[in-house]
Amino acid sequence: MWQYSLTSKLSAGFLLMVSAIAVLAPWVAPYSYETQDTLQTLAFPSLDHWMGTDRLGRDLLSRMIYGARVSLFIGVFTTLFALLVGTVYGAISAYVGGRTDNLMMRLVDVVFALPDLLMIILITVLMGRGVAGVFVALSLVSWVTVARLVRGEVLRIKEYPYVQAARALGASPTRILVREILPNILGILIVTLSFRIPMAILAESTLSFIGLGIAPPFSSWGTLANDGWTAIKFYPHLILFPSLAIFLTILSFNFLGDGLREVLDPRSSKRRL
Amino acid sequence: MLRFIVRRILLGIPVLVTVATLTFFIMHWVPGGPFDTEKILPPEIKANVEAKYHLDKPVPLQYLLYMKQLFQGDLGPSYKYLGRDVSDIIRDTFPVSFTLGLCAVLVVLGLGVPAGMISAYWQNSLLDRSVLFVAAMGISVPSFVLGAISVWIFSHHWHWLPPALWEGPRHMILPAFALGAGFAGYVARLTRTKVLDVLSSDYIRTARAKGLTEPVIMFKHVLINSIYPIVSVMGPLTAGLITGSFVIEFIFSIPGMGRFFITAVTNRDYPLIMGVTLVYAVLIVIANLVVDMIYGWLDPRVTLK
Repeated sequence: MWQYSLTSKLSAGFLLMVSAIAVLAPWVAPYSYETQDTLQTLAFPSLDHWMGTDRLGRDLLSRMIYGARVSLFIGVFTTLFALLVGTVYGAISAYVGGRTDNLMMRLVDVVFALPDLLMIILITVLMGRGVAGVFVALSLVSWVTVARLVRGEVLRIKEYPYVQAARALGASPTRILVREILPNILGILIVTLSFRIPMAILAESTLSFIGLGIAPPFSSWGTLANDGWTAIKFYPHLILFPSLAIFLTILSFNFLGDGLREVLDPRSSKRRL
Repeated sequence: MLRFIVRRILLGIPVLVTVATLTFFIMHWVPGGPFDTEKILPPEIKANVEAKYHLDKPVPLQYLLYMKQLFQGDLGPSYKYLGRDVSDIIRDTFPVSFTLGLCAVLVVLGLGVPAGMISAYWQNSLLDRSVLFVAAMGISVPSFVLGAISVWIFSHHWHWLPPALWEGPRHMILPAFALGAGFAGYVARLTRTKVLDVLSSDYIRTARAKGLTEPVIMFKHVLINSIYPIVSVMGPLTAGLITGSFVIEFIFSIPGMGRFFITAVTNRDYPLIMGVTLVYAVLIVIANLVVDMIYGWLDPRVTLK
């Protein structure tokens, strides 16, 4: 079904590779993420250390590989969580309708009005820097977009004759939502997923870059970029590799999203199925 | 028009109150206060300080006290910058952040709109593809990556532009570019789509048929008619630029509000956190209002109510 674009295929390939490396980190990484090679601190890329070493002599490639775990984990799981909560919330709100819908959407409006990056910073710092804090902060602000999207879709689809027919046959609301409506919005949800994962990765790396996200000794790509930033003048490779990893991953997700949208989103004008 | 403005401002008030309330409770929700420093204060002194700032009272009461003070237009004193009021700090740092945001908006429009128009005019050409590719890269590159790399290239390597601080127009170029480039990518794509739309419409064919020159068609007819969707995304975009600016302020050591926000959060400087968050929220509300006004002014079919 994908004669479409080379870029989507390449992106999917790249993302699969990065995920595989992240999952298999202990087996692919040449060193552990905390082993110090004290004779080679701040080394430039060499055969021993393909991406060089940081100021404590830790191998950057290995730290990048372990960092991929953190970055991807946060990106994928906050988005999945937001998608789950947003879908359930939006679907219930739209399906029940009336005053409940009104009330539920007021809450969404409120969360929408918050300056989200500020809230993310606030929550992360207050919850303690770490995977849990970043996870909670990102999830709390990102489910509302999904909720709005799903609500709109469900409102549209629930008026379709086939849904009316199912209701006339006596199907329960849960059954209608799960069996009749959900399959219809699945495409849009998958497209949303591929566009929101890079946003989460971006937010996490930004937080970690300014020193508020993942705390050492654990490191995401953002933390590594922050390490490199302090030494940028003479050791630019230390920030170059993490930046490149973040950039390529986000780029791939965006290309993949573009490709998926053409295939899966009925609202896309370019759809050629 | 006046009624519209007043109405929107009144509608903004509950939003701001909610932002204030949520921020306040999130802030107090987790243990650890502004005076739990590494250097432990003697208990009597700590008790005294906390009594001075009402921190010994239950949180809901503190909230009421704060809101009362807020409605009188007083943001309170900073806990960490002794002797300075939050409003003083904001007065010093706001113009910096605002200028940065404005420069970034110029970058977004100055790069995005022309790129989109060029791309659409020569659709499917090599130029078009290059613009699309660069736009896709721009959307995907985090502003801190762009900032860091451009500092290395233009400051450390070529010594063309200063790497940090905020002392004149030369200091604004790199930060504004780093902040605006990503959004410029969005605007370029958006402009391209809309311009393509307009180019295939009947009135453009009529304009060509009656022999108008291409520049007149492009600027007088196509651009004016393509500008609406761009204006309507400027609201969320400005919000993104405003809240995104703290990373750039961090990278370039710019003394703006964002930097103060970060230190305020780490220090648990409650009034400063509240103050800066509220200023950001007000800015976002105003940005949306202004964008809607421009929209109504540009497009006679839209009535503001």
